[in-house]
Amino acid sequence: MPLLWALREHLNLTGVKFGCGIGQCGSCTVHVNGVAQRSCVTPVASVAGKRVTTIEGLAASEQQLHPVQQAWMANDVPQCGYCQAGQIMAAAHFLQNFPEPTDEDIDTHMTNICRCGTYVRIRKAIHDAAQLIAKES
Amino acid sequence: MSSLSSSQLSSSRLRRRQFLIAGAGLSGSFVLGLPMHLLAKPSQDAEPVDAHGTLGFFIEIDSEGVITIGSNQPEIGQGVRTALPMLVAEELDADWKNVRVTQMPLGIVKTADGFAWKYGGQGVGGSTGLTSNWEFMRQVGAQARAQLMSAAAQRWNVPIQECGTRPGYVIHQGGQRELSYGQLVGTAARLRLPGETAPLKKHQDYRIIGKPTASVDTKDVVTGTAIYGIDSAVEGMRYAVVARSPVLNGRVKAFDAKDALKIPGVLQVFRLEGPKPGDPYRILADGVAVVATSTWTAMKAREALRIEWASNPNANDNSTDFWQDNQQMLKAKGQVVLEDGDFDLAVSNAARRMVRQYKVPFVSHAPLEPQNCIVHVKENSAHVIAPTQMPSGASRAVNAVTGIEREHISVEMTKVGGGFGRRLSNDYVAEAAMISQQSGLPIKLQWSREDDIKNDFYRPAGLHEMQAGLDARGRVIAWAQRLASASKYYRRPNMPDENLWEAELYVDDFPRRRVENVRLEYFHNAIGLPRGSWRAPAHTANAFVVQSFIDEIAHASGQDPLQLQLDLLGKEEDLEYSNHGGPVFNPGRLAKLLKFVAQQIDYKRSRPEGVGVGLASHFTFGGYAAHAIEVSVNNAGRLTIEKIVAAIDCGLVVNPQSVRAQLEGGTIDGISTALGLEITVKDGQVQQSNFHDYPLMRIAQVPEQFETHILPYDDVPTGVGEMGIPSAAPALTNAIFAASGQRIRALPIKDQLKKS
Repeated sequence: MPLLWALREHLNLTGVKFGCGIGQCGSCTVHVNGVAQRSCVTPVASVAGKRVTTIEGLAASEQQLHPVQQAWMANDVPQCGYCQAGQIMAAAHFLQNFPEPTDEDIDTHMTNICRCGTYVRIRKAIHDAAQLIAKES
Repeated sequence: MSSLSSSQLSSSRLRRRQFLIAGAGLSGSFVLGLPMHLLAKPSQDAEPVDAHGTLGFFIEIDSEGVITIGSNQPEIGQGVRTALPMLVAEELDADWKNVRVTQMPLGIVKTADGFAWKYGGQGVGGSTGLTSNWEFMRQVGAQARAQLMSAAAQRWNVPIQECGTRPGYVIHQGGQRELSYGQLVGTAARLRLPGETAPLKKHQDYRIIGKPTASVDTKDVVTGTAIYGIDSAVEGMRYAVVARSPVLNGRVKAFDAKDALKIPGVLQVFRLEGPKPGDPYRILADGVAVVATSTWTAMKAREALRIEWASNPNANDNSTDFWQDNQQMLKAKGQVVLEDGDFDLAVSNAARRMVRQYKVPFVSHAPLEPQNCIVHVKENSAHVIAPTQMPSGASRAVNAVTGIEREHISVEMTKVGGGFGRRLSNDYVAEAAMISQQSGLPIKLQWSREDDIKNDFYRPAGLHEMQAGLDARGRVIAWAQRLASASKYYRRPNMPDENLWEAELYVDDFPRRRVENVRLEYFHNAIGLPRGSWRAPAHTANAFVVQSFIDEIAHASGQDPLQLQLDLLGKEEDLEYSNHGGPVFNPGRLAKLLKFVAQQIDYKRSRPEGVGVGLASHFTFGGYAAHAIEVSVNNAGRLTIEKIVAAIDCGLVVNPQSVRAQLEGGTIDGISTALGLEITVKDGQVQQSNFHDYPLMRIAQVPEQFETHILPYDDVPTGVGEMGIPSAAPALTNAIFAASGQRIRALPIKDQLKKS
């Protein structure tokens, strides 16, 4: 069974979304040992003993959202919102590797699909989040 | 005649009022513009309300002054869940930071005259979510404010005329004393209202309407707590998937479920009967349903089914034949659906004649949340939880397949992971209802992405032949659009063949009335693909062909494309517009937008070889938009979108933040679709299945330079959900021509520019 369905239907963590089932759209992105991974093509057995973080666990607390979530709110990114948990999880991991991302870095590494076309704001929010993270540390 | 109708009107008013006071039930009075809010009278009402904190059906205020406003429309990403409560809050004079929003269910009520809708009409399509509730929701707020003022006047024992409000408070004589809404709501809820309608604010007094306002759902979305249809649950629910016929209109001949039923957790497998070929669609396809204890188990069991499909006539359907047939049809004379002046005569007198053909493909909606629905069919009732654009349609769909009376079908709406017109159809709701009824279980039906791409109400495809006659000065004196297509109205109940064109050609679209001799001609072609409304329906095709053709005419006749567009559009004037979005179309508003985007992109600047700018504009369902796009095309034919400028005139702006979002998203939708999306059929089967072969645009294709502008126009608001799409594709292909000299006449663009 893919990790996606274990999270959604066995652990009731429904923030992770089913979009394509073949690792194309990224709506199901979670972190496995801190690395962004598409849970619809990740066998649940492969994460045995590993640390899995979903969108529900990204923020330190309800009051203290992750900088990526803060930037997403400040830019009012979502439209239908369905892909956004995956986008945020992908961006959070991306910014660990690219703390000062260029637009080209974003183009290369942010490959999640947004059907509503919120890409303009996603790009802006990623740059803003990078600054928030830099300020925090 | 006039005295008769006026006396009829007053007697009907009287009856209605008596009806309300008697509280005998709920009439369909929203149709007459009466806020349903009035119907929520305490004690006598058919629908008792909690008199302590509720003002009508839409507003609840607690003692702390937190105001909960009901949103009656489905939220599909277009922003109505924020915009509609903004209207209520404005007229209520609420403090926006104290407002919470709740989603209302379908408010269906049976009356002697048929069904009535106690929360007003509910459903979002055609960019009407805001416009059709503009008066209604403001009245909801204004009436509640009047109730609160009335309560304060009573409390203070002063005339209501001495009372006013500031956000969250009723004040007396400009602020000498005040009471918070929270303190007043208990009294207010027991009061009868002063009149049928309350006065509304003047536009210049707005504090909330017109302010950039963040979506009320953003925090829930970014923390993963927003509940979509796919996240919903009911007690004891089981999970279902359906194996549908891979061939259009195919039917199950026999199936073997032995292996599927051996899988632990598989509960039931049964035939799900689809529509017969040619019948209206209740569900899309014939198939076999699997019910299991989890979605994944149901999916695995579906793979283990062995199904034999009966052969059928659509098994020979092929896209290549479809396009050849269109071509063939255009050689004959079609159904002339509009003839202004005399096209033939004008063309025969023209100094120059141009003919071009354009191809617009079938496309799929592909909302990111695959179709799903929860239905629990009980003995004489049913409960539905659905991500849908049309909750009343969901109720109708369940009634149609189960026979349960509609007043006993409750429909809850969730957040919806994308609509785009797909969820105007409730076929997946009907499927879930059939499975629940047949299995006797509460069912959560889940489609996969493949199910969604292969089973859709696709945007119709068509071949457009455009003809124009120019006079010696290059003025367009004759214009014809001849369209051979597969109409959206295919398999609609009671739809005569001679009306099929109506879904594909909107007679009053530009350039009608700006060119003297205009003809529209239609040919209906057959193919077994289901068709439906795809965001901005026929406007996506017609804007592409009209705006491309004008650009071609300009280049061919040595005119500047912008100047020719402006000449054709002309001045500000109200032209009659009988299609959806009317009653008038003002071409001057488009001209203004076009000039603006041209200026923003520095249209006149000369650019190096391989770089070019394209322009386009379109009037969509009452709203106006224009695009200017700059692209570069290198020697290898590689296309880069360098810059996009999009502008919209949507009348009075309610939430600029959300208008911009829709303009950004609509533009990207238009470009994404033009670049790479097409549904094709081979041997009766849809060839695409998922995002690898139906490649929606990703962030890398979106230019960093992306401007959106709102040009204000003092008027009522228009919708915004669809206006950003139609002019995006022709602006892009016009830019490609300017950059490379290559004219794109067939969508999608795909690798047409590649040089080997």
